Amino acid sequence: MAKVLMKGNEAIAEAAIRAGCRHYFGYPITPQTEVAAYMAKRMPKIGGTFLQAESEISAINMVYGVSSAGLRVMTSSSSPGVSLKQEGISYLAGSDLPALIVNVQRGGPGLGGIQPSQSDYFQATKGGGHGDYHLTVLAPASVQEMADLTVKAFDLADKYRMPAMLLADGTMGQMMEPVELPEDCVHTVEKPWALTGTQGKREHNIINSLYLVPEQLEQKNLERYEKYKTVEQNEVICEEYMLDDADVCVVAFGIAARVSKNAITAARAKGIKAGLIRPVTLWPFPSEIIKKTADKVNGFISVELSMGQMIEDVKLAEECKKPVTLCSRVGGMIPTPEQVLKAIEDMEGGKI
Amino acid sequence: MAVVFKKPEALTDAPLHYCPGCTHGIIHRLVAEAIDDLGILGRTIGVAPVGCAVMAYDYFSCDMVEAAHGRAPAVATGLKRARPENIVFTYQGDGDLASIGMAETVHAATRNENITVIFVNNAIYGMTGGQMAPTSLPGQVTQTSPYGRDVKTVGYPIKVCELLSALDAPYYIERVAVNNVKNVMSAKKAIKRAFQNQVDGKGFSLIEVVSSCPTNWGMTPEKALKWVETDMIPYYPLGVYRDKSKEAE
Repeated sequence: MAKVLMKGNEAIAEAAIRAGCRHYFGYPITPQTEVAAYMAKRMPKIGGTFLQAESEISAINMVYGVSSAGLRVMTSSSSPGVSLKQEGISYLAGSDLPALIVNVQRGGPGLGGIQPSQSDYFQATKGGGHGDYHLTVLAPASVQEMADLTVKAFDLADKYRMPAMLLADGTMGQMMEPVELPEDCVHTVEKPWALTGTQGKREHNIINSLYLVPEQLEQKNLERYEKYKTVEQNEVICEEYMLDDADVCVVAFGIAARVSKNAITAARAKGIKAGLIRPVTLWPFPSEIIKKTADKVNGFISVELSMGQMIEDVKLAEECKKPVTLCSRVGGMIPTPEQVLKAIEDMEGGKI
Repeated sequence: MAVVFKKPEALTDAPLHYCPGCTHGIIHRLVAEAIDDLGILGRTIGVAPVGCAVMAYDYFSCDMVEAAHGRAPAVATGLKRARPENIVFTYQGDGDLASIGMAETVHAATRNENITVIFVNNAIYGMTGGQMAPTSLPGQVTQTSPYGRDVKTVGYPIKVCELLSALDAPYYIERVAVNNVKNVMSAKKAIKRAFQNQVDGKGFSLIEVVSSCPTNWGMTPEKALKWVETDMIPYYPLGVYRDKSKEAE
């Protein structure tokens, strides 16, 4: 299929439609508004729903409604808006409902800025709202992946009955790249739990996250974490780049990984064997590969657009075997390849 | 033996958890009777609130979803957009609908979302043990207004029917009560009409049911029903606030 030139945000929207999503609810916020704008144009033409909700909170609860009915549904926002959605995301997780939430991150905290950031990593990967739960979190590093991982996120959400998050950032949302759009896909996951009306043919279905008997609520949590274990075993995706002979291992996702690849090329030109682990799924996190790599490299550099969030997972994964340093910019700033190269040189030279 | 009275099909056999003298039981029954009468049980989906009626999902025999506090109209919007052929209703209290969920309520109304909203106004937060509600009366003593609701510091009660009828869009808005047989019969008619409107594709219908809470009002059930008559209804006048079927004539 021919490639088309698209903005990242638009690639998400078109891929979602091709993944069978016919219901979108959102609220305007920079830098993701193109998703809503695209949906507003397309959905009425294909018999779908585009609805600009009165708030992020309403948007995520409309998502909850459609998901309860058993249909593919999504919302998108950027950091401050995703904070508002956390209540609804917790309810989705607590009711075991699939849905796609897109976060095209911007700098924070508070109103922050409108430039790219990765500082919602904790919120995305550790749950985000109240209670024990996880989302599957996918981190695209190109416009192509904005499209591909949108489809993947819907599939994972339906497969495991849990909400999925596409954790992008402002650069991914705004940049244009050639993209090969996915074919229209037919999803065939059976949803016997969905609210369709009993039609007088079965007992009533109940979508609910309330369990007042503590033994029951504990059991629900334990069952959910058994499911999470399966996800962790089966669904980790990560890219390894020049890792085989590496002495220094950079760990980075999204835009930070693209910058890091340039730095690694530059380091190799200087004779430093650097390599990259790029988590594509941030949850489940590629802990195993990092743990194995710890036996081969001198240390890790976590390159992030945050004050150091993913670095905690890198440290947990490599179990203190080797030093881990942070190379980051925040507030909407992006590390340069030179900055990452300097971090690689410092680690190689033992200056850490 | 001839059966002269039975439980509506739209109710399950689960014992209700409501306090003695609470009128939720009556209102549940009226909703269930409306569903039965219209023959829509198999295609109805209910949205339970957070509050005393949180476990309504166990009591209605149609498909049910439990929404976050105040979000029922948004959840119902999603359900109705996903399955327009189904009949979707919310069942909400005053804290849920008129306080934390006010935005969801107003916007579902102004979209004329084709859903049915049953709004139970008992002027108090019951489930959490009797705190001041957006509809608590001036001077009303509650756990969080121990000296009586002081309108100078916390403002006046919100009259939901009056407020929503200021909007152009909503199709049908009526306030009823269930404090005596006559009012129960009127309430039954209003609730059935609110469901019929949705079946006919007319749009947003809200029925406010002025209700009692003997436990948290600190009254006997009988005295509470009297208080509905002497204090609640004068502040919240019963009647039809919006009826677009009439406007069209």
